[in-house]
Amino acid sequence: MEKHARAIVLNPKDSVAVALTDLPAGTFVTVNVGGTMSEIRLEQAIEFGHKFAVRPIAKGETVLKYGEAIGRATSEIRPGEHVHVHNLEGIRGRGDRLVRGL
Amino acid sequence: MCTIWRESAEGEIGLSEDCNLYFWGYRRPDGRVGVRNHVLILPTITCAAQTAQRITELVAGTVSFIHQHGCAQVGADYEQTFRTYVGLGSNPNVYGVVVLGLGCETHQAHAVAQAIAKTGKPVEVVSIQDHGGTLSAIAHGAKIAAQMVQDASCLMRERVSVDELIVGTECGGSDACSGISANPAVGYVSDKIVDAGGTAILAETTELIGAEHLLAARAVDDRVRRRVYEVIEAMERRAFAMGVDIRTGNPSPGNIKGGLSTLEEKSLGAAAKAGSRPLSELVEYACRPSAKGLVWMDTPGHDIEQLTGMVAGGAQVVLFTSGRGTPTGSPIAPVVKVATNTRMFERMRDNMDFNAGTIIEGTETIEEVGERLFREMLAVCSGKLTKAEILKQHDFGIWRIGPTF
Repeated sequence: MEKHARAIVLNPKDSVAVALTDLPAGTFVTVNVGGTMSEIRLEQAIEFGHKFAVRPIAKGETVLKYGEAIGRATSEIRPGEHVHVHNLEGIRGRGDRLVRGL
Repeated sequence: MCTIWRESAEGEIGLSEDCNLYFWGYRRPDGRVGVRNHVLILPTITCAAQTAQRITELVAGTVSFIHQHGCAQVGADYEQTFRTYVGLGSNPNVYGVVVLGLGCETHQAHAVAQAIAKTGKPVEVVSIQDHGGTLSAIAHGAKIAAQMVQDASCLMRERVSVDELIVGTECGGSDACSGISANPAVGYVSDKIVDAGGTAILAETTELIGAEHLLAARAVDDRVRRRVYEVIEAMERRAFAMGVDIRTGNPSPGNIKGGLSTLEEKSLGAAAKAGSRPLSELVEYACRPSAKGLVWMDTPGHDIEQLTGMVAGGAQVVLFTSGRGTPTGSPIAPVVKVATNTRMFERMRDNMDFNAGTIIEGTETIEEVGERLFREMLAVCSGKLTKAEILKQHDFGIWRIGPTF
């Protein structure tokens, strides 16, 4: 890992980056997205360890981290937006969906 | 490159130039090697737990635990609890056992003692009802334990190869750094143990939901591959049966505050503890692995239930990563607490042993931290005490799979 990197994208396929320090809203962060260094402006403050989108994500789209599916977007997400429980749901272990007949 | 040496009774555990694949341990009658030399007061029934505690207060060198089990249990749930008691008593970290029963319980002390005695170690039974009450049982148990402790203290450690180690791996109070720093460092150690001929246990089936395909792809044969999908399906079905989103229970509020949004995300980070070597075997809770190499034990994500299962399965030492910080330990096995981030390591220094947060800062690589952690583990195996041991974190919990009747 780069010394004192502020954020990291773990895999070229990923839709999100992880903040490695608390990042205020409006910060410009440079991360490797699909092999290209890209500058992303953070729409919200992103806490240490939290995720922000590095590409546009459509509602219902599978979100990738570590090159694997971590869940599904529950609303449209713009690059630089916080990605967490308010706009990302899990796909596995959804006993609630079975009950609702989904 | 480094080894652990002990010059004399007063000498310190140090590192010197030599092969780095040895530690100093206690050889038991059944040939297994322990990294500690405990005398265990094992209450087979919750009703005897307080009596067991009183014995540990009287006799230095004894350990015990509080629990709620041992009666009104049936079928597979009964078997699992029985197996956990026997596994704990049989663990090579234990020199000898005083099995403490009440007398009327479902999990009879004599049956547990008989099973543990197969290891050839000293085992005695004390029954509260037979002795006419707790005070006599405490006195009798303490007398037996005191002699065992003195006998145990005559044993000397001998030089042992790491291929005799079963290392448990665990993550608890995880955050988003777990899958980036500490878990990959543990994975490095797991690979090193496996390459040296030892065994590494991966567990927490719940926290592999979403990552199971990665482990299945590394299974040594179809039978192991099938078992992977079976245990994952069984765990997921439990959430379905309760009609809830598993996210209401796992990830925890602390995990979520730390940046983990879904169970799949947590699992992908947790799976990093398994390194990269093939998956040799999948064993049930508290079962001892029959294969060497990387082994998956079916346990829930509950920290203490998982820890108890792995130690009952024969793990002599556990590498436990945490992002939020947890004090958890075992009565009989050293648990090395590995922090995922420097902020928490500094704040919870009293309960943490090792910092992997330098990976996040970019001042150390995963490999460098992995090497450092491997040497720390060897030092702990040879006698260096962990914070959880020093602070008497004698945590214990059994994964119950049936109701109490």
